[in-house]
Amino acid sequence: MSRILIVAEHDGNSLNAATAKTVSCAADFGVEGIDVVVFAADGAAIAEQAARLTGVTRVIRVDHSANAQPLAAVLAPQVAALAADYSHVLGPSTTFGKDLMPRVAALLGVGQLSDIMDVQSAYTFRRPIYAGNAIITVEAPEDRTLVATVRVASYQAAAEEGAAEIESRDLDVALPEHTRFKEVRGGSSDRPDLQTAPRVVSGGRALGSSENFELIFGFADSIGAAVGASRAAVDAGYVPNELQVGQTGKIIAPELYIAVGISGAIQHLTGIKDAGTIVAINKDGEAPIFEVADIGLVGDLFQVIPELQSALN
Amino acid sequence: MEKIMVAVKRVVDYNVRVRVKPDGSGVVTDGVKMSINPFDEIALEEALRIRERGDAAEVIVVSIGSSECQQQLRTGLAMGADRAILVETGQPVEPLAAARVLLKLIEREGVELVILGKQAIDDDNSQTGQMLAALWERPQATFASEIKFADGKATVTREVDAGLEVIEVDLPAVVTTDLRLNEPRYVKLPDIMKAKKKPLDTIAITDLDVTTDAQFKVTNFAPPEQRQKGVMVEDVAGLVKALKDKGLV
Ligand SMILES: Cc1cc2nc3c(=O)[nH]c(=O)nc-3n(C[C@H](O)[C@H](O)[C@H](O)COP(=O)(O)OP(=O)(O)OC[C@H]3O[C@@H](n4cnc5c(N)ncnc54)[C@H](O)[C@@H]3O)c2cc1C
Ligand SMILES: Nc1ncnc2c1ncn2[C@@H]1O[C@H](COP(=O)(O)O)[C@@H](O)[C@H]1O
Repeated sequence: MSRILIVAEHDGNSLNAATAKTVSCAADFGVEGIDVVVFAADGAAIAEQAARLTGVTRVIRVDHSANAQPLAAVLAPQVAALAADYSHVLGPSTTFGKDLMPRVAALLGVGQLSDIMDVQSAYTFRRPIYAGNAIITVEAPEDRTLVATVRVASYQAAAEEGAAEIESRDLDVALPEHTRFKEVRGGSSDRPDLQTAPRVVSGGRALGSSENFELIFGFADSIGAAVGASRAAVDAGYVPNELQVGQTGKIIAPELYIAVGISGAIQHLTGIKDAGTIVAINKDGEAPIFEVADIGLVGDLFQVIPELQSALN
Repeated sequence: MEKIMVAVKRVVDYNVRVRVKPDGSGVVTDGVKMSINPFDEIALEEALRIRERGDAAEVIVVSIGSSECQQQLRTGLAMGADRAILVETGQPVEPLAAARVLLKLIEREGVELVILGKQAIDDDNSQTGQMLAALWERPQATFASEIKFADGKATVTREVDAGLEVIEVDLPAVVTTDLRLNEPRYVKLPDIMKAKKKPLDTIAITDLDVTTDAQFKVTNFAPPEQRQKGVMVEDVAGLVKALKDKGLV
């Protein structure tokens, strides 16, 4: 029996796009079935969204008041309880999946594979290490459950043409009470989502202040782009942490990425190497970002961006 | 609390541009600068600050790896850790094995807080802290950017994709660090001298009675696909034209 269980990521209302990308990855395994499990307080709407994803065989809905927030310590024993029926358990390589899946693996007494970027067989994969400076081929043992995360930037979202059955389940699992959710701050913006937007404009340290960063927001809005930032810009407090792109921020793959006043450190480039077209605007012609940029312009961003904005509108 | 344990991994320094060996058998590490994993330096800094505030009595720094890890442990002692433990092995240790080893040490030492990096920048796994918390049956607070203590509990702010999440965990617990938790101190020369006198114990991994066999087999290392160098444009008009040619605007 070989079946994949995917742990859905959602915000309580709707399914995160990372789940649809994980389903695409799972489709490459060539297994008999792909099930998605939704843990929520009330997962009705989310389960319906998951059931529409092409390739999904069945959606398992586990409603419980303790599942209102995605706490790894609470979810892990539930995933582990379900895992007995599956050969593989997958989650997205987002902060949600990275927090949860290793805990699941340890409860099952197995290792975990991080950031699958390419499936060669149901037990052979490629994944990046050293901030993407090397790609390794890894073989996992076939005699035990494989728990893994999927590098979502490597996959397109699955289509929404399916109609999988939805099954509600009660799990008889003791849930720990040592971990309590308090609050989540930030993230409420009308702008396109950084992880799924086809266009992203990112600003770096060169912006110099949060006031100046408005230039990036204004330009991004004018072309319908999401906004990102380098770590230097986040550390300096120009923008909140959720905008950081790179090895330790978000790994993204937009069609168009415009890097403004960003030098192109390897840790930043890791986050954008799957972008369709990279545009770099930097006043230093020697900046490493130009080595990877498809289109480069040497110039002062404070002149270039307003000019570009009016030329494009 | 009495004891905090910090795990530090010896990794290729983050400034080194890592290259794959031509025969695909690994990455070049000969003669390459090695350092404490940057996230682990942040973990140690946080532990030291907790002790300096009077919230903990002792900071133990631990590494699992070859005898060369002593260098990183000495650096940790110079930063201010009270003592160090090296769990020596000649084999690479996967996160599950590292978690099992750390759990053994926790049980021996009676530790109330363990701080790890959120990921080791060599294998970029981001697993060990979560696995340790699971095996220990204790809370985990991963990707921390702020930690506060009161009444046997820790309130931790976590960097998540949506922004900042705050959770409360009972102690003992495992915390993993994100970059913005703190800025590690620089080690001063007198501290390096002092560190030489601090205790550094070595335990053979085989003496710990844990299963540390590798589960995954790496069969090939390859360099990433390089992006082709693109075109340089002279001015905004050139940029707009290039974007139009590609059908992007
Ligand atoms: C473990 C670790 C993880 C990391 N993870 C990440 C990560 O996830 N993401 C990330 O981004 N970084 C990360 N970093 C940091 C990374 O190494 C760099 O320090 C950071 O990316 C630099 O940001 P920057 O390019 O904005 O700043 P800088 O490197 O300072 O570059 C600023 C650039 O702006 C240009 N400039 C200045 N003024 C102007 C102007 N008026 N017009 C046009 N150009 C101008 C300059 O020529 C320069 O190239 C990490 C570091 C470590 C150690
Ligand atoms: N061999 C090791 N020695 C000491 N600490 C380790 C080791 N492996 C992992 N760790 C700790 O676990 C964290 C996460 O590592 P990883 O799960 O490999 O990304 C690191 O930042 C360290 O704090």
